[in-house]
Amino acid sequence: MPETKTLVIASCYHCGDECLTTAYQTDQKQFCCQGCQSVYTILSGAGLCSYYNYNQHPGTTRIRTDKRFDYLSDPDILAELLDYGDERISIITLYIPQIHCSSCLWLLEQLNRFNPAIHYSRVDFLKKQLIVRFDPREVTLQQLVELLNDVGYEPLISLQDVIKKQNKAEKGNLVQRIAVAGFCFGNVMLLSFPEYFGLSGYEQTFRHFFGYLNILFTLPVVFFSGFGYFVSAWHNLKNKVLNIDFPLALGIAVLFIRTAAEVLTNSGAGFADTLCGLVFFLLIGKFVQQKTYHHISFERDYRSFFPVAVQVIMEGKEKPVPLSDLITGHRMVIRHNEIIPADAILLKGEALIDFSFVTGEAVPVNKTLGEIIYAGGRQMGEAIEMEVIKPVSQSYLTQLWNNEAFTRKQDNRMKTFNERVSKYFTIVLIAIAVGTLLAWLPFSFRHGIDAFTAVLIVACPCALALSTPFTMAAALSIFDRNLFYLKNTTVVEQMARIDTLVMDKTGTITTGSSKQMELGGVLDEEQRQLIYSACSNSIHPLSRMICQYFGDLQKLPVSRYEEIAGKGISATVSGHQLRIGSGGLIFGYFTETKQMTRVHLMIDGVYLGYFGFYHEYREGLKQIAQLAPAYSLYLLSGDQDHERSALIPYFNHDGHLYFNQSPQQKLDHIAALQQAGHKVMMLGDGLNDSGALKQSDLGVAVTDNVNNFSPGSDAILDGRAFHKLPAFLRFSKDTVTIIHLSFLISLTYNLIGLSYAVTGRLSPLVAAVLMPLSTVTIISFTTLATHFTAKRRNLL
Amino acid sequence: MNIIYFLIGCSVLLALIFLGAFFWAQRSGQNDDLYTPAMRILLDDEQPPEEKND
Repeated sequence: MPETKTLVIASCYHCGDECLTTAYQTDQKQFCCQGCQSVYTILSGAGLCSYYNYNQHPGTTRIRTDKRFDYLSDPDILAELLDYGDERISIITLYIPQIHCSSCLWLLEQLNRFNPAIHYSRVDFLKKQLIVRFDPREVTLQQLVELLNDVGYEPLISLQDVIKKQNKAEKGNLVQRIAVAGFCFGNVMLLSFPEYFGLSGYEQTFRHFFGYLNILFTLPVVFFSGFGYFVSAWHNLKNKVLNIDFPLALGIAVLFIRTAAEVLTNSGAGFADTLCGLVFFLLIGKFVQQKTYHHISFERDYRSFFPVAVQVIMEGKEKPVPLSDLITGHRMVIRHNEIIPADAILLKGEALIDFSFVTGEAVPVNKTLGEIIYAGGRQMGEAIEMEVIKPVSQSYLTQLWNNEAFTRKQDNRMKTFNERVSKYFTIVLIAIAVGTLLAWLPFSFRHGIDAFTAVLIVACPCALALSTPFTMAAALSIFDRNLFYLKNTTVVEQMARIDTLVMDKTGTITTGSSKQMELGGVLDEEQRQLIYSACSNSIHPLSRMICQYFGDLQKLPVSRYEEIAGKGISATVSGHQLRIGSGGLIFGYFTETKQMTRVHLMIDGVYLGYFGFYHEYREGLKQIAQLAPAYSLYLLSGDQDHERSALIPYFNHDGHLYFNQSPQQKLDHIAALQQAGHKVMMLGDGLNDSGALKQSDLGVAVTDNVNNFSPGSDAILDGRAFHKLPAFLRFSKDTVTIIHLSFLISLTYNLIGLSYAVTGRLSPLVAAVLMPLSTVTIISFTTLATHFTAKRRNLL
Repeated sequence: MNIIYFLIGCSVLLALIFLGAFFWAQRSGQNDDLYTPAMRILLDDEQPPEEKND
């Protein structure tokens, strides 16, 4: 396709955003900003333009932030971050959220073409990680990170590198157990077939050989692959809990002993293949249950929110200091967009702090010199200097983490269906087994033992143990596909029992985007200036948004200014009479539309139009409101109650709306609801919700970007899927029904098996057919049923 | 029919070798990242330094 020379509105060659200006052009390519252009220049300079060939607009937009990586030269921090380091070689794993396409992969693996001292760089796409090996004598970590930042891939470096830790967690061991069990299962099947088909007299000698080989194969299955079940059963018995691992361990043990006994006494073929199959399928169930999201962390706390280090002025010079070394009296410099890591007093500069993440307060706050600013705020203005009054670990924000909700082990969680059922199941199973034994004893001891062991073998709740993992794994992948990420499979069952939804406001039901106001009417330049001048005197959030809307205009002298609380502004600006405010102020009557708050504008008695402010709530809040009365809905907001009237329709009930809530109050609210017997689901997004998220029965962090910071929770919900929440709740109930049904199916199989077993005539063949048959039935039933219901709920 | 002993011995030995190979692969981290190599293989080794007009 030939390139058009006309300068129509083009999209940025680098990131694909619309170019609002033609100012940035290189090689006849348009860029939206300086950042994107400079990335292109760097890449074309290094001859790496194939980056743009693999995908259209592979970059992410580069509205440049003043990022500083000075702290990366601090040896202590360096030692903390490096995976390995000596004089000649350093290896580091960096987490880069921007990795999203094959171009990213290609470019990041070409790092050594920028600098030959970078020996090797390797991307792990799903984990969004980059492993780099470099020569620290030639290139420092700081230079490496700056290079990455320059080409548009800024690594996320934080104190608490949970992602890395999480990925190190062992899953390999389970895979090895499965491999061994599968290996033995296959071989044992092969060796058992001759027995099932019948051996002629001539071939009888093989019977012993096959039998002994079978025993040999079951040894690793029992003592390596299945060993976990014995350990778990033993632990549970010690804690006086009967969980499903007990009958499973019992089944495995009985199968093994009986097989060994039959083969060694030459009285039968044993159940070696049933045993191996059982362990193999059980482990597969465990594997399926262990779904991990490589790039999402559910365990983040304030440490992953804070920066690694902060600039401190020492002897007139700025020096990076790790947060842990920050002490009272340090004078730190916080630049635009940086987070204040410790409680401090403002010494110099104009502070405009965005506390939305900490308190839920949507509007940035102005702070004056000498005021204490709490940690966690983000500076929106220019650089400021502050004196630390409390170290990081004792700050207001971090104190929250010392709350008992964080230290306590989670024992308020609901018991899963499996846990409740398996207790009774075990008791009934043992009762039947002992009953059979006692019934047979008067006639024949040998027969009694046969029947006793047979009962334990066929009733071994293999299918039961698999029904939950397979249903939940299927459900989890459905949720996953709908941008709802659950920490583990038990969360689905917890969700099914929720009856109360508690929501945070800022960031949770409102979106972060600023496109929520419109101008009804036309204003000329002078009128804009007049309105701007009047509004800039007010600290009302709406006035601030109007000022923001206009951008930086020149202020005109204001000779008279009056703010009427709850109504608006009346002012005289360079001789013009201005009235800005609600309909009540301008027309004398007040009409409030539900979707929009209007600020009317009047200059010199002429009505000019209005600013409409949408209450921009996430799509789907209405559907969630319709969940009542089945679910009771509450709102806990840290913000002021400007929007109370707009929110009442959604929550039906004025008494369910709470504003000005501190993090502790939110937590207490949840606890109070739980005391009243409710099962509470908390939806929140900020650090101020983290206590409540932890306390609730199901904490859901709502976020617009799952790679960004979100507080520790049981589940992470992408904001785009917010409207699907009612469907999620219904679907979770469906999955529990599926588990119940599959439990019935597995009971049926158990009963069929028992009818053979109590007579003491369980042939190895019946067991060998019954066990895999029930397993396959359960697996296919749960998977199909889950997909079917998901389709019915429009989740597929 | 005694050849059966030998054949079974061979088959078990062979299976054990495969099991060992799997263990080795698992330990040396070959199964850690199963996604990226599939993308990597689609990238060409070296592009001639020419501009692509799009």
